[in-house]
Amino acid sequence: MTTRSRYLIAFASILLLGTFISPIWKIDIEAPQYPEGMGLYIWINKITGEGPNDLNTLNGLNHYIGMKTIDENSIPELTYMPLIIMVLAAAGLLIAWKGNKKLVLAMIIVIVLLGIAGIYDFYMWEYDYGHNLNPNAPIKVPGMSYQPPLLGSKQLLNINATSLPWIGSLFIGASLMIMAITYFLELKAARSAK
Amino acid sequence: MKKRILFFAVSLLTLPVIFLTGCGKSSSALDTGDAAQKVYVNPGEYDEFYSFMSGGFSGQVSVYGIPSGRLFKVIPVFSQNPETGYGYSEETKAMLNTSHGFIPWDDAHHPSLSQTDGLSNGKWLFINANNTPRIARIDLKDFETAEIIEIPNSAGNHGSPFTTENSEYVVASTRFSVPIPNADVDIKSYKENFKGTISFVKVNPESGKMNLEFQIIAPGLNYDLARAGKGPSHGWAFFTSYNSEQANTLLEINASKNDKDFIAAINWKKAEEYLKAGKAKDMPADYYHNYVDEKTRVAKSENLKTVKVLDPKDCPGMIYFLPTPKSPHGVDVDPTGEYIVAGGKLATVIPVHSFSKMLKAIEEKKFDGDVQGIPVLKYAEINAGEVQNPGLGPLHTEFDDKGYAYTSAFISSEVVKWKLGTWEVVDRIPVYYSIGHLMVMGGDTKKPFGKYLVALNKITKDRYLPTGPMLTQSAQLIDISGDKMKLLLDFPTIGEPHYAQGIEASILKKDFMKIYENSKNGNPYATKGEKDAKVVREGNTVRVYMTAARSHFAPDNIEGIKVGDKVYFHLTNLEQDWDVPHGFAIKGMTNSELLIMPGETRTILWEPKQPGIYPFYCSDFCSALHQEMSGYARVSPAGSTVQLSYGTSK
Repeated sequence: MTTRSRYLIAFASILLLGTFISPIWKIDIEAPQYPEGMGLYIWINKITGEGPNDLNTLNGLNHYIGMKTIDENSIPELTYMPLIIMVLAAAGLLIAWKGNKKLVLAMIIVIVLLGIAGIYDFYMWEYDYGHNLNPNAPIKVPGMSYQPPLLGSKQLLNINATSLPWIGSLFIGASLMIMAITYFLELKAARSAK
Repeated sequence: MKKRILFFAVSLLTLPVIFLTGCGKSSSALDTGDAAQKVYVNPGEYDEFYSFMSGGFSGQVSVYGIPSGRLFKVIPVFSQNPETGYGYSEETKAMLNTSHGFIPWDDAHHPSLSQTDGLSNGKWLFINANNTPRIARIDLKDFETAEIIEIPNSAGNHGSPFTTENSEYVVASTRFSVPIPNADVDIKSYKENFKGTISFVKVNPESGKMNLEFQIIAPGLNYDLARAGKGPSHGWAFFTSYNSEQANTLLEINASKNDKDFIAAINWKKAEEYLKAGKAKDMPADYYHNYVDEKTRVAKSENLKTVKVLDPKDCPGMIYFLPTPKSPHGVDVDPTGEYIVAGGKLATVIPVHSFSKMLKAIEEKKFDGDVQGIPVLKYAEINAGEVQNPGLGPLHTEFDDKGYAYTSAFISSEVVKWKLGTWEVVDRIPVYYSIGHLMVMGGDTKKPFGKYLVALNKITKDRYLPTGPMLTQSAQLIDISGDKMKLLLDFPTIGEPHYAQGIEASILKKDFMKIYENSKNGNPYATKGEKDAKVVREGNTVRVYMTAARSHFAPDNIEGIKVGDKVYFHLTNLEQDWDVPHGFAIKGMTNSELLIMPGETRTILWEPKQPGIYPFYCSDFCSALHQEMSGYARVSPAGSTVQLSYGTSK
């Protein structure tokens, strides 16, 4: 691998750490009573509200339909996601140092697989959150579940929820892109060398 | 002579009424034009200005939007308000303490917005209590009363609070002279024993906290209204007075005899120097200072026992009298700070004094004798001009940004527009009816907004659908942006609106409070979470630490209360969501309900007299299950063995 490629891989690896400084997903919430809007940010290590009290308020509202309280301590992903990111970043730096092209491909595959697994896990969490309702909830609408959308908008009673990847995910995407481009450039260079 | 004056006044009063009731309707219909468009604010959109109006005998302050004339809030200030618990709850009761004891009411006249360099800064609103002399400060972050200070050695705090250019001070003056210190004397000994005081209340520029810095003992006249100077006249304050006759009975006749009364011009910077030089005497006094503690948000009272008093005899150059025709009411300083306009309510002209001429007259000692040692300046030496034919009964003047002044005329029921400098009347518009104060947005600052004028009327008569003998009071919005004034809107007001203040909405909107933060709730009886809710007995006092959150109280079942107990409900609203107050009411409560804002703790005392079951509930429709937000308290006979228990059934 060229020095430039190694620098690119190192840079891409460090980009992964961007997930520590910005959320990876955002769920926007609109309701007639909330003209000012509310929102939830999903980080690799925490869940926060868009406004300082949004999480608290949403938890308060959700008890009417029997949804569980969003409690960071009950979401183990928030503990191991940061570890995974750190391990990936370290591995990437190691690969850059070693300069092994095949390992770059392996890294790309691992990130893509982990990404798919992560999205699936998020979906399952949303499913559980929206379906596993307290039977004593004051408001029960027959046949209604409250799973937030994974991507795009969904009307849930009076609430319109819009779910979109956020800047943290863009960091991962950019990292993946740089790694892929570097890999293909290397591949091309190797072919023309032959 | 006496009879003639009375006849004159009566005929003046009735003439405009006859005239206006005759053709008021048709003229207002003709005037409409595009008025509807100018005052229409689209649903969901905002007014351009806030207007704070005094509630007069309601004791409160109301908040209106201009140009729509929509009422947003009534801020409880000097009167108890069972709607929110103000003056009833343990956290707010102390606000209404005075040296005369707890007072549930007062008469609030003149709101005054705090200023920086002669412009409203949107931090605080001050307002006077006329009956039991006090000044209140409202915090404009949460639009709640934060402080009330009593003014000792005073009676009838009318000429107040009228801020100085940087809110260094708000002022107070005695509409009624009284013996100082108060004493049991023959009323007929007025001339000998009665005095006035003019007080300067210092405002802390950071916290807004008020402190009665000093008082000036003044001759026994009726000090009426006030204004601080600005620009070149910054450092001075002007106080109108009437009753230079020093009458103590039938004032309407006996205090209306002299051709001229006085405006007291006070050099408060000089007064500060005398204060520093130790010229003030400590005088024993008895007055209350009540304020909301910043950490706990619980009102505290302190009883103060001394006040610094300056006597003009010891302080030459501190105070002068400007002779002014016929019992002047308002005194208003134009935006440049040069002209001092008096509203001689019985005068046939509006006299305008010049500040620079006043300084020159002082320097050249152009005096016309003195009153109890206070030099009286020569009228001709200080007068800048007289507005001829200004309407009958001119009271108050405000200014626009184009060099015009607007004077309210009570008897002829009109607003008169005239030009500063030429003193020429250029326009007049009838108002319905009998205007008192008027207010141009920012009209008392260095930069008025020459867009709207609000007429604050004393008589309503036939302007709205009738409601029996007692009618609403009325304000009128007048467009002053063009050469001709145009009536845009009538809107009803609470109580009696004396004066008002206007400020651009954008100043207050940028830093307003949505909630009180739970983490900053320093109330000693706050319950920070549902799991901390509890009921504690201390002798025959029972303290209920209760939380409110949509849609339940915790605890909501309480047993073990006995007849004879004093039960304090300490309600904490745990919400941190905008516009989600909770209410608390329990059957048979003899004081008031509570309205608790998000993040707030409020306490109400309940003393049940009969055993039984007493439901309590949330009185502010908070949520879909608001009707379920309720609970029961069980009251057992005195000496019963029912144990204290409480909880929420899981």
